[in-house]
Amino acid sequence: MNYLEEIKTEGQKYISRRHFFKNCGIGIGAVALSSLLQHDASATHRSSFIAQPSDNPLAPKPPHFAPKAKRVIYLFQAGAPSQLEMFDNKPGLAKYNGKPCPPELLKGQTLAFIKPDAALYATEFKFAKYGKSGAEMSEALIHLPKVADNLTIIKSMMTDAINHAPAQIFMNTGSIQFGRPSFGSWVTYGLGCETQELPAFVVLSSAGGTSGGSSLWGSGFLPTLYQGVPFRRTGDPILSLSNPRGISREMQRDSLDALKDLNEHQLANTGDQEISTRINAFEMAYRMQESAPELMDLSKESKATLEMYGAEPGKNSYANNCLLARRLIERGTRFVQLYHEAWDHHGQVHKGVKEQCKETDQANAALIQDLQQRGLLEDTIVIWGGEFGRTPMVQGEPDGSSSLGRDHHNKAFTMWVAGGGFKPGITIGETDEIGFNVVHDPIHVHDLHATLLHLLGFDHEKLTYRFQGRDFRLTDVHGVVNQKLLE
Amino acid sequence: MFRSIKILLLISCFTLSLAVAVGAMKGKSRNSKSETKPHWAFIAPAQPTLPAVKNKAWVKTPIDYFVLAELEKNELKPSPEADKTTLIRRLSLDLIGLPPTLKEIDDFIADTSPNAYEKLVDRLLSSPHYGERWGRWWLDVARYADTNGFEKDRDRSIWPYRDWVINALNKDMPFDQFTVEQLAGDLLPNATLQQRIATGFLRNSMLNEEAAVEPEQFRVEGIIDRVDAVGKAFLGLTVNCAQCHTHKFDPIKHQEYYQFYAFLNNDEEPEIEVPTTAENKKRAEIIAGITKIEDELFAKNPDLPKRISKWEQQAKLDEGQWTILTDTSVIGTNGVKFERMLDDSFIARGDNPPQNVYYLKAKTNLKNITGFRLELMTDHSLPHNGPGRATAGTVLLSEFNLEAAPIAQPEKIEQIKIDSASADFSSTDNTINRAIDGNPKTSWSLDAGPGLRNQDRKAVFVPKNVVGYDSGTVLTFAISQKEFGGSAAERFEAPNLGRFRLSVTTAANPKADPLPKNVRSILGIPAANRTKEQQCEVFRFYRTTVSEFAEANKAAVALMKNWPYPATTMVLTPRAVERETRIFKRGDWKRQETLVTPDTPAFLHPFPKDAPRNRLGLAKWIVDKNNPLTARVIVNRIWQNYFGQGLVATPEDFGTRCDKPSHPELLDWLAVEFRDGAMGRQGDGAKLPTTDHRPPTTWSMKAIHRLIVTSATYRQSSSIPPSALSVQPSENHLLARAPRFRVDAETIRDIALSASGLLSLKVGGPSVFPPIPDGAMAVSFRSRTVWETSQGEDKYRRGMYTFWKRSVPYPSMSVFDAPNGDMSCTRRARSNSPLQALTTLNDAVFMEAAQALALRVWKEGGNDDRAKLIYAFRLCTSRTPDEFELNRLQKLLKQEQARFTGKTAAAVYVAAPDLNNLPADVDLHKIAGWTMVARVLLNLDETITRQ
Repeated sequence: MNYLEEIKTEGQKYISRRHFFKNCGIGIGAVALSSLLQHDASATHRSSFIAQPSDNPLAPKPPHFAPKAKRVIYLFQAGAPSQLEMFDNKPGLAKYNGKPCPPELLKGQTLAFIKPDAALYATEFKFAKYGKSGAEMSEALIHLPKVADNLTIIKSMMTDAINHAPAQIFMNTGSIQFGRPSFGSWVTYGLGCETQELPAFVVLSSAGGTSGGSSLWGSGFLPTLYQGVPFRRTGDPILSLSNPRGISREMQRDSLDALKDLNEHQLANTGDQEISTRINAFEMAYRMQESAPELMDLSKESKATLEMYGAEPGKNSYANNCLLARRLIERGTRFVQLYHEAWDHHGQVHKGVKEQCKETDQANAALIQDLQQRGLLEDTIVIWGGEFGRTPMVQGEPDGSSSLGRDHHNKAFTMWVAGGGFKPGITIGETDEIGFNVVHDPIHVHDLHATLLHLLGFDHEKLTYRFQGRDFRLTDVHGVVNQKLLE
Repeated sequence: MFRSIKILLLISCFTLSLAVAVGAMKGKSRNSKSETKPHWAFIAPAQPTLPAVKNKAWVKTPIDYFVLAELEKNELKPSPEADKTTLIRRLSLDLIGLPPTLKEIDDFIADTSPNAYEKLVDRLLSSPHYGERWGRWWLDVARYADTNGFEKDRDRSIWPYRDWVINALNKDMPFDQFTVEQLAGDLLPNATLQQRIATGFLRNSMLNEEAAVEPEQFRVEGIIDRVDAVGKAFLGLTVNCAQCHTHKFDPIKHQEYYQFYAFLNNDEEPEIEVPTTAENKKRAEIIAGITKIEDELFAKNPDLPKRISKWEQQAKLDEGQWTILTDTSVIGTNGVKFERMLDDSFIARGDNPPQNVYYLKAKTNLKNITGFRLELMTDHSLPHNGPGRATAGTVLLSEFNLEAAPIAQPEKIEQIKIDSASADFSSTDNTINRAIDGNPKTSWSLDAGPGLRNQDRKAVFVPKNVVGYDSGTVLTFAISQKEFGGSAAERFEAPNLGRFRLSVTTAANPKADPLPKNVRSILGIPAANRTKEQQCEVFRFYRTTVSEFAEANKAAVALMKNWPYPATTMVLTPRAVERETRIFKRGDWKRQETLVTPDTPAFLHPFPKDAPRNRLGLAKWIVDKNNPLTARVIVNRIWQNYFGQGLVATPEDFGTRCDKPSHPELLDWLAVEFRDGAMGRQGDGAKLPTTDHRPPTTWSMKAIHRLIVTSATYRQSSSIPPSALSVQPSENHLLARAPRFRVDAETIRDIALSASGLLSLKVGGPSVFPPIPDGAMAVSFRSRTVWETSQGEDKYRRGMYTFWKRSVPYPSMSVFDAPNGDMSCTRRARSNSPLQALTTLNDAVFMEAAQALALRVWKEGGNDDRAKLIYAFRLCTSRTPDEFELNRLQKLLKQEQARFTGKTAAAVYVAAPDLNNLPADVDLHKIAGWTMVARVLLNLDETITRQ
């Protein structure tokens, strides 16, 4: 009896329905029914879900409403760059240079390394205004001024955490506690992926390993399907991408053909539709084996493009990763996150910022330009920023082992975003005279998350997942969409 | 007798339900129709009578009545029983996490006795691998991991706790005892080492050692995690939802959260040694050897007692008179933070950078200060008790510097010149003078070698001129460790000071008291009142001061060189002075308000009358027979492992928002069975199962396993009957068939290694490092960027022994949904992705398994390809392939062998894991073809599925 045929012809409707429902709580079924649409379960949404092929849990899905942005490139500057050396120009700080920080500012403030009587320290960089928008940037940035009018600069970011690992986790998951899904996972969970040949959520890294480890792109309580896939810097970008030595692509195909036949046979015998998902997963793996090396091969890019980014094929660099990010989203990847863990300048912040700008500035500007040239910027969000900012006070170890650095600061820092429906050419937010506190338009991490989800077509209060009897969301119980940031 | 117990139970349930009803008014179930009825899960279960069923012949255990009744109500029929091969594979995977061997399959099929199945169940339940399989189930909720988490993610040693879990389950430790020992083993009378190890359950919280963290903030985070774990593992309650405010859905008040928290907020966190029998023996031998040397000294020197007594007179004068500095504060470079202890000492916490300076500021009104004493003190939270922070507890003191200023004029700083220094102990070349030589690269070392280095030490520093201003003095000590040359990655090896304290004296000619602390305190006891051990301790020190005993002392030191350092594990022990717990406003640890005392939530059963208000009392409350939750929660999580979904689909949440149970009466029946044993059985149930004549046991996990797996419900086929598709498209929650699902991450590894014959069946021990792809650790921030692959047997251990690094969990298991260990996990996701396919196809471990399987099949599988294929297929799936499968595999074999023809290099690569050690006497071209077949077999859906 060809049970498989029977199922295919007669039971198709039931099978796919059953398959979705069956996974409730542990699979994509939870996305479809128990969570994502529970507040907005209109018939159109429901039917559009059911119409998806049941054997690809990462198939593209529509969000709550028409989105401005379809994909995200998040340039995570881990270690926390100094806003005072790059964006937040504080001439007032020069007046107090070398004097102790006013004690009323420090009341209740946790300081990580420095003593409360540390002196204020004015930056040694000069600032200028750029573009029609007059965005302020320091001389540490040479290339970014060229795209000043594309940027939305937020000088009034605030976060809850003051140590690296918790703050990186917070910036990614909206919680200081481990175990929550990352922003990238939420987006992948909500939108699925346009390609089946590459991972939906890719993580690239240059410089050091991150403080937060793999939890930064983890899926928390969402199925691991939605977690970020870290690309390695050398060898195969994806773990186990290459066949073992001696096995050719033809042999891999032979093996997969046999696997497919045997698994389909088992599907017919058992009627378990999960086998169909597995067959599909193997086929996607096979395609990924071809498309990932093609993706990684930067030599196909024009000389002009390589020069624009400062990229060199075969090298691990921030510039290469920026170019890879563009290639990934062009090919349908939903979320690319770059980590550059190199900004923790407790000593010699001037020198450190200068060096890291040299590593990253050109590529950041090139990415914006490149996306714009290709018409991708309008529906791609680019995010730049660290996990917190740095103090207006100087950090120098009492024993002189390091000097003229800055400590961790969570009360005010700068991030910029571009594309995907953000209002270009504006600077929002303002800090006090010395850059310690936000005085205008504070934007908390939760607000940024809410706004980002809004542009991706989600009501941040409705993109939820039921876990431990609670509907969890990226913004926890907080977050306000900031209209000023929107086009 | 049964009847009277039942009645008692009913009465107690009734009393309780009244008590609960009052407290649980707010917690009414959204599923309940009545507005006032308390939520079902908050009322203690009573064992329901078995429902009536039509098809009595099908029923094998009481479970089946409940399942069948629901099926019949829905006009469904159960599926037929699965075939014997499927059953033995299912049972083996479910009970021990390993596939059956071919002999075990054949024996089971050949055994036609009526109780063949029950015999198999008994054999598996008594296997040592049962404890591994179900131990891993428990380790998920215990959030077990081998590193501390967060940025530094340093290695920790807590595997003895994992061994404890495995052993406890193998012994079928009753669940009430299992609970008590994990929450409060240390508080039991005459607690054994094993009972102390059990408290590792609570220690599995993460620990943030990032530079500059506030230790208190992350200690609090750790307690919050413990409350969460206890809530999920034992109570099925999301207690943590009340951390910031009164629980939105369940009747847990904000205050009650902190009362619960208070039970767990009163501990110290030591690491203790877990010596093996061999290590204990070795230590005893060494002590015996030293005692022998000492006995000989006594024998040769009859005047010794007199000499000792004379020495004591002098020694009593050496103590000096010291004033401990109490008005102190301390900061460290590189973000090291300190905890102040009750005796005015400080312990360095958080990061342990390669080099460091501690700045201690003290105010004193003393004048004419003639000496400064630095005490380096042991503490059970330091490695091997310290006094230093290096992994052996050692310390280096590079420089001791001091400034003084009048309190009235703090800017008038004077450098204090240290003229001389003394110490009670220095290692040979690193004398105390190195701490005052102005050279930060030379240090005082107090490492007295194995077995002797971890004790309190002291140094005294004498200024050139006396110190002290009339208005009082601010002293600023700079105590540095700058000699250690280790890299940042080795930071936890750095010999920085652990626990320390400063004192001053105004007496003339101050010197470091040469007597160790223990000897000093014994000297305070009149000689006549000292025990034999105390006399020995005094002599053991005394002899080291006598030059004529140099030879004997040398011999004793030589013996100590072999002092073994056992593995350690992390445990809890109560604080001497209770820690206050206050309510955190909106969950913010910095905004502490009303003081609370330990208590349990009012809507649940009352706290046992005579139980202490500590962890032990909490544990007793949890296993109290009136507890409505624990028995239900545990049987539900056991059920979930067998049927893919619990009777309550949210195992971590039995609160008012939880899904309605699929079989509420079955859940209660099982819970009471678990809690009270078979004694509470009613009606037909008392006679079932017929094959089980064991005495009724309470809280027996094995009894519940036996009950479930011997049921007709469990034994059903997992094939999906076409009728089920139309009647019940959503789920199989009525259990008209057995579920079919992918096995857990660890089991995927175990199956591949088992089929290929590589698997080591060694039970227990430290974690191992199986091969990992190059560069996989690169995302890690600092420590353990190197992964030293285990050799020999340890390369092939079961998945559950793989070293589990929280920031970079072992990739090939993480990809199959193994939990990170960041928080308690009651339910694993079961995803199905292309990255999983790449792992089982291409990962080196799986490729090596394919190679070994091919070779095994070639050697053991019979004479022709057909026999070999059947053998290989059975090793992977346990069953014999049908003709279609055989033909398809035959086709693949031919195809691949043809591809290797004339391609020796490719054939050798594919066939052999180690080119330097090629398998002898085989045709590698042929083996390569078989390796390709073996690889396909290991990747079959059926191979990694329990059906």
